[in-house]
Amino acid sequence: MHPHLISGSPTTHDDSDAMAPIGNLVNACIQCGTCTASCPNALEMDLTPRKMWRLVILGRLSDVMASRTFILCSDCYTCTLRCPRGLPLTRAMEALKGIAFARRETQHRRSRLFYETFMQTVRRYGRIREMAFMTRYFTAMKNPAEPFRFAPLGLKLMGKGKVEMGGGKSTEIPLAALFEKVAALERTPDKPLGKGG
Amino acid sequence: MNYLYYPGCSLTASAREYDLATRAVMAAAGVDLTEIDGWTCCGASAAAPISDLLSLSLSARNLALAEQTTADGQILVPCSACYLNLKKAHEALRSHAKQRTMINEALAAVKLNATGSVRVRHLLDVLAVDLGARHLAPLITRSLSGLAVAPYYGCQCLRPYPEFDDPERPVSMEPLIEATGASVHVWEAGGRCCGASLVSTHPEAGLKRVCSILKAARGADLIVTVCPMCQMNLDAWQPKASRMAGEDLSITVLYLPQLLGLAMGLSHHELGLDLNLAVLGSFREKMF
Ligand code: SF4
Ligand code: SF4
Repeated sequence: MHPHLISGSPTTHDDSDAMAPIGNLVNACIQCGTCTASCPNALEMDLTPRKMWRLVILGRLSDVMASRTFILCSDCYTCTLRCPRGLPLTRAMEALKGIAFARRETQHRRSRLFYETFMQTVRRYGRIREMAFMTRYFTAMKNPAEPFRFAPLGLKLMGKGKVEMGGGKSTEIPLAALFEKVAALERTPDKPLGKGG
Repeated sequence: MNYLYYPGCSLTASAREYDLATRAVMAAAGVDLTEIDGWTCCGASAAAPISDLLSLSLSARNLALAEQTTADGQILVPCSACYLNLKKAHEALRSHAKQRTMINEALAAVKLNATGSVRVRHLLDVLAVDLGARHLAPLITRSLSGLAVAPYYGCQCLRPYPEFDDPERPVSMEPLIEATGASVHVWEAGGRCCGASLVSTHPEAGLKRVCSILKAARGADLIVTVCPMCQMNLDAWQPKASRMAGEDLSITVLYLPQLLGLAMGLSHHELGLDLNLAVLGSFREKMF
């Protein structure tokens, strides 16, 4: 987990081995290309999923991080379903996103801020309040053009009375205690990488 | 029939009509829903990349609350992303002793404990399997014959857990649609990805997924969905997708329980139909 998400304290990373657990997950890959053929986003990716898994197994961290392949995974689980070796590929894609966010890779900044802001909103309110989330996301992006991309959507939702406008009767159930505890548990060594998916 | 109910965040805001229609159809079918008191966000797709344990613990918190209410109950979940997250936590609690220990250590910080005794069910699973066309057919008071409906399943109610349908060629909505008198639009796109959060983070890629689904729906009168993320991608972003495709891809998009509710004679108000973002005039004239 990103320590700054939990405590706000600055972090240093020694992640030379960061990709090793993911390499272990996909080690049995036979380079058949079923994952590439199954992926709805493969055409938008710079490396095909098959090639990227090869680089992951070889431990080529900077080549993998430089690609946009894993960030364009939309969690559809088709490759996971079809991989003849039964590898948890969607899970591995998620883990690569996690590494890129922890390394604060500049080319993945937009996705990182989207995910991080989402989780900060959950931590603070317990539920996603879409308006609060978007406001925080735009602030974090510090890109004046960003809100305009979403403006038509925001106006539509607002016109339908579908966004909570602050205050009101939204339930607030802060989850900071749970977030802190998870962070503390994750600081203990030998954290296993979860299976499944 | 009784279920615990986990609406999830979207159903309290951008997908309010899904919440309204789900509750209305279930009530009309004689099913009792008990909302889980104090439920919180499942972490959506944002928690897992940041931390596995956080993702599992956020979902397990809701399972723990559900267990307090009905230890051997079933949770009905209308959102596919919530469904998958709760299901993953359920699997971890049931089948991975080490993860169960870690999750409960985390939950101790909020004075909760989860065992995984409560089953997690998607709304479509409950509609198709527990109720089924046989139970719903007698409730149909208004035939929707003449409508061609494209069933859109999306991803996460089908994969990676093949609980109630074929994850490659899903069919579970078809008997329900036919029970309303409508016909099923035959297409290949029902289980293809809508682009999920890519539509927000990488629209140039995400909107292509939306375009291809809307194009495949051509010939149908409407698309029905079973997930607020799919629904939002297919309805709110329709104008943008049309601009990208260089052609008009407008089509009515309803949630499945809204379609069923219309056939059961429920009012537009009860089904939240005024909240939908894509209901074409031609459809409105036919139906309202
Ligand atoms: S489908 Fe599985 S085995 Fe085949 S290339 Fe992809 S990861 Fe490797
Ligand atoms: S889960 Fe991700 S990588 Fe796999 S097919 Fe779907 S979008 Fe592609």
